[in-house]
Amino acid sequence: MKYKVFYYCNFLLVFRTLKLRKNLIKWVKYKELWQRGSRFIRVTPRSGLCHLAALKGGLRFQVSAALKEGHVTPTELCQRCLSLIKSTKFLNAYITVAEETALKQAEESEKRYRRGQPLGVLDGIPIAVKDNFNTAGIETTCASNMLKGYISPYNATVVQKLLDQGAVLLGKTNLDEFAMGSGSTDGVFGPVRNPWSYSRQYKEKSVPKSCSEDEESNWVITGGSSGGSAAAVSSFTCFAALGSDTGGSTRNPAAHCGVVGLKPTYGLISRHGLIPLVNSMDVPGILTRCVDDAAVVLGSLAGHDPKDSTTIQDNFKPFELPNLTDVSKLSIGIPKEYHAPGLSSEILALWSKAADLFKNAGAKVVEVSLPHTRYSIVCYHVLCTAEVASNMARFDGLEYGHRSDMNKSTESMYAATRREGFNEVVRGRILSGNYFLLKQNYENYFIKAQKVRRLIANDFVKVFGSGVDILLTPTTLSDALPYMEFIKEDNRTRSAQDDVLTQAANMAGLPAINVPTGLSERGLPVGLQFIGRSFQEKQLLTVAKWFEKQVKFPMIQLEVKRHYHGAFQHQKSAFFS
Amino acid sequence: WVPVVGLEIHAQISSNSKLFSGSQVQFAAAPNSLVSFFDASLPGTLPVLNRRCVEAAVMTGLALNCSINKRSLFDRKHYFYADLPAGYQITQQRVPIAVNGSLSYSLCIDNKMSQMVTKTVRIKQIQLEQDSGKSLHDDTRNQTLVDLNRAGRLGLFSCFSPPFCPDMCCGEEAAAAVRELQLILQTLGSSQAVMAEGQLRVDANVSVHHPGEHYGVRTEVKNINSLRFLAKAVDYEIQRQIEELENGGTILNETRAFDSKLGCTVPMRDKEGKQDYRFMPEPNLPPLILYDAKSLPANMNHQQVVNVDWIHERLPDLPSVKRAKLVERYGILPEHSFTLLNEDGLTEFFENVVKQTQMKPKKVIGWILNDLLSYLKQHSLIVKESPVSSFLLADLLNLLEKKEISSTAAKQVLAELWKGEGKTPFEIVKEKKLELIQDQKELEQICQAVIDGQENEVMAIKAGNQKVLNKLIGLVQRETQGRSNPVLVKQLLEKKLSE
Repeated sequence: MKYKVFYYCNFLLVFRTLKLRKNLIKWVKYKELWQRGSRFIRVTPRSGLCHLAALKGGLRFQVSAALKEGHVTPTELCQRCLSLIKSTKFLNAYITVAEETALKQAEESEKRYRRGQPLGVLDGIPIAVKDNFNTAGIETTCASNMLKGYISPYNATVVQKLLDQGAVLLGKTNLDEFAMGSGSTDGVFGPVRNPWSYSRQYKEKSVPKSCSEDEESNWVITGGSSGGSAAAVSSFTCFAALGSDTGGSTRNPAAHCGVVGLKPTYGLISRHGLIPLVNSMDVPGILTRCVDDAAVVLGSLAGHDPKDSTTIQDNFKPFELPNLTDVSKLSIGIPKEYHAPGLSSEILALWSKAADLFKNAGAKVVEVSLPHTRYSIVCYHVLCTAEVASNMARFDGLEYGHRSDMNKSTESMYAATRREGFNEVVRGRILSGNYFLLKQNYENYFIKAQKVRRLIANDFVKVFGSGVDILLTPTTLSDALPYMEFIKEDNRTRSAQDDVLTQAANMAGLPAINVPTGLSERGLPVGLQFIGRSFQEKQLLTVAKWFEKQVKFPMIQLEVKRHYHGAFQHQKSAFFS
Repeated sequence: WVPVVGLEIHAQISSNSKLFSGSQVQFAAAPNSLVSFFDASLPGTLPVLNRRCVEAAVMTGLALNCSINKRSLFDRKHYFYADLPAGYQITQQRVPIAVNGSLSYSLCIDNKMSQMVTKTVRIKQIQLEQDSGKSLHDDTRNQTLVDLNRAGRLGLFSCFSPPFCPDMCCGEEAAAAVRELQLILQTLGSSQAVMAEGQLRVDANVSVHHPGEHYGVRTEVKNINSLRFLAKAVDYEIQRQIEELENGGTILNETRAFDSKLGCTVPMRDKEGKQDYRFMPEPNLPPLILYDAKSLPANMNHQQVVNVDWIHERLPDLPSVKRAKLVERYGILPEHSFTLLNEDGLTEFFENVVKQTQMKPKKVIGWILNDLLSYLKQHSLIVKESPVSSFLLADLLNLLEKKEISSTAAKQVLAELWKGEGKTPFEIVKEKKLELIQDQKELEQICQAVIDGQENEVMAIKAGNQKVLNKLIGLVQRETQGRSNPVLVKQLLEKKLSE
């Protein structure tokens, strides 16, 4: 049994994991290393985030316990995260770091712990939030000129819920402008760099042992659009981060950055305060280091919100994930359409090994068909751009955000404001969306796309109706591309390619999760996706947790050159709020 | 030529909070003081439907004989305008909350109250929609100020008489129909419906065609802010189109504005291009589901649902029912019932007077409609502002009814009462010595004196010309300064002349 698991993970990988465990450096040693001023800091979870953050145990069982027992204080934890954010600044994961408020929140949390009255598992836990969630008093930019400097007067419901449970908000993470993209390369604050670009794993495999210029051109993208959040979790600068997922924006960067990325069922988590991309598909996403953590965060966020009429009315009960020992009653569906053009042979192999893993553990593994999934991309294009055209109409320079100096007429001010405020990707989507919504096109495009969406959703209903519990698919077509490679194609082409495996779940509103599965030949993370039934997050996460346990995804061995980030400072004007 | 008139009516609904946000609704509040994050369309905010607003809409729909859609949908209607912060308005274009209604209204022919006809206009649909903000254009400083207090308030949009059903054909009819709608909204309490304050906005669609031919091209007339102007604008537009066509011209499908000073319609410049509103479903609001007694789910929180039957049972009497009841209960003429209802508070005033007096309602109505109403009209007062309360008027009418004063004297007392000096009718009667001469002997003496002084007239009467008797009655009245009962005087005179 064990053998099979290891086999599938590939031997080298397992070997490295074992070696890593042996060589775990104690916090003290790390400190010495730091004090000696070594050019390289090795940021493994243990060294980077002190002794308590051994990855797998996660929030509930380790960090929270350590806080309770006083092994570490919330302020220490917060400070360590903040200093790590500084030393990994070149990743460009954060747009705004709210150092002052974060420390204040940590102090409050510390008082609660001292009184012995912490608010729960999340009390004192440093988190990061994608910069398209409103945060009162902290800039919310959507990585766009349109909202640069915009400070919202209110907190998104999910942000408020996290704060209410004592979480410490470190800052706002980078993204594609208004979450439109799949690389986290198209924001006004510059692209996010995948922490794995600076991992020993990647360097050993891919980077020719030569000068640092090569290294500079070889860094890989995070995927997107929640790339900042994925990078933040992956580089240990926070314990959990919020992303948003409209066509795969949480799962895609999670796969590329080797973290867990959960897109819950549409309607389970409030969208109030999430600056929308496509209202009918947007879901706040959760990025964590392990499945258990995702369940913790989900539990703190889910449930009805009177401010969002599309949230479920029923009460949501937070759950702890059981340790599954028997998967023989499970039926895992392998949708054949996900064997999509462009799927790398590596990922295909990983996928089939994963299927074998389930089969060998006694689960029923069946091939299923979702025949309409192949129309998903074109259908999504119409629905997404139409809603974008509508949602972006409010950015006219009058009430908030950027306003052009043009004052010849209101109309010319609108036009100039929107030209200056939005990048080409956003403007392009607005243009096509308005085209699809024109009276003469509405029937032919929008209505048709809605019908196709229904067909896509019905495919899932049928498959789940046939007795399948969970679908297993790849999350991405390949591992992360180097930035220089990625930008050879335009945003639209990339989004269409990259969303192909993730989008259908948004169309159908289903919960889906990326579980980091293994490393590619280039030493980069690769993940697989589980798609579950509507509102069956517990089942989905339980299976994901079982799988996570089997594959033993390796920890990132981040090697951060000190002072490395100096060269990138120009990318952001206001790093600290 | 056959004119066809359709109306699009926007009514602001009085509710304590806005359609999709918790903001308060209040008149004459400081600009932008009643604006929630949603009303200002801050990014990330979502609409949340207000149950009270839905109930107001259902009530209006029921009052207008509509069928209520148990499932209705919301749409976004896009256009850029400074007072529309989101760049779209949430409305119900495709599946509105109420459809296929009708409204009966009465209209007098040739301005004669006695010749009334009842007509019915069909109502295509009633939809819930967000109101926009208010733009104030400052032309001198070339700037526009925007007040968002109104933004996001509930508006009811109803579409009357679409081009397919030519129910109205002149301005008078359009005005009468809107007047009836105003009364209904006011009765329901769902809107003040004052046109001048913008609570009721009416746009008219007008076209003309030859009988038996297709409908003509229609124009839309906007900027109408009173019933009188509505009638004028529609009639002007009909006339203009006929003249244009007869002179060989064509009618453009355009939006025109009514210029109340010039009394004509002019093309609106800023709406020249035809707008494509790019409607799309509002993704943040699930379908609005209404229930009735049968379909009401047992386990549902009653605060969460709208029960149509429940609202139906609680509908107040509508104007038409009220009028019928007035006619039946008080024996007044139907046209009087119209006047009573047309003036806000007049029915209540009338009923209060009737309650407090022995005078027959039929007679009371004359005092109300002729004396009270014309006085109020002259002084541009509304019923509530009347210096003579229903109590005082009833007092006065009681004096008259008990034959303590003559009707001439009563008018004099009323004239005193208007001054509002706080005197009671009785005090005025005493002060001015207006009470009828109760002493029969005194009256007989006066009558005798008149007869003695008018030999010619007496001769004429005796010769058979009874009309002259009225002159004698008048003389007695003059002699008594109106303090004699004319019926009694007549009897006395006749008696004396036949002696």
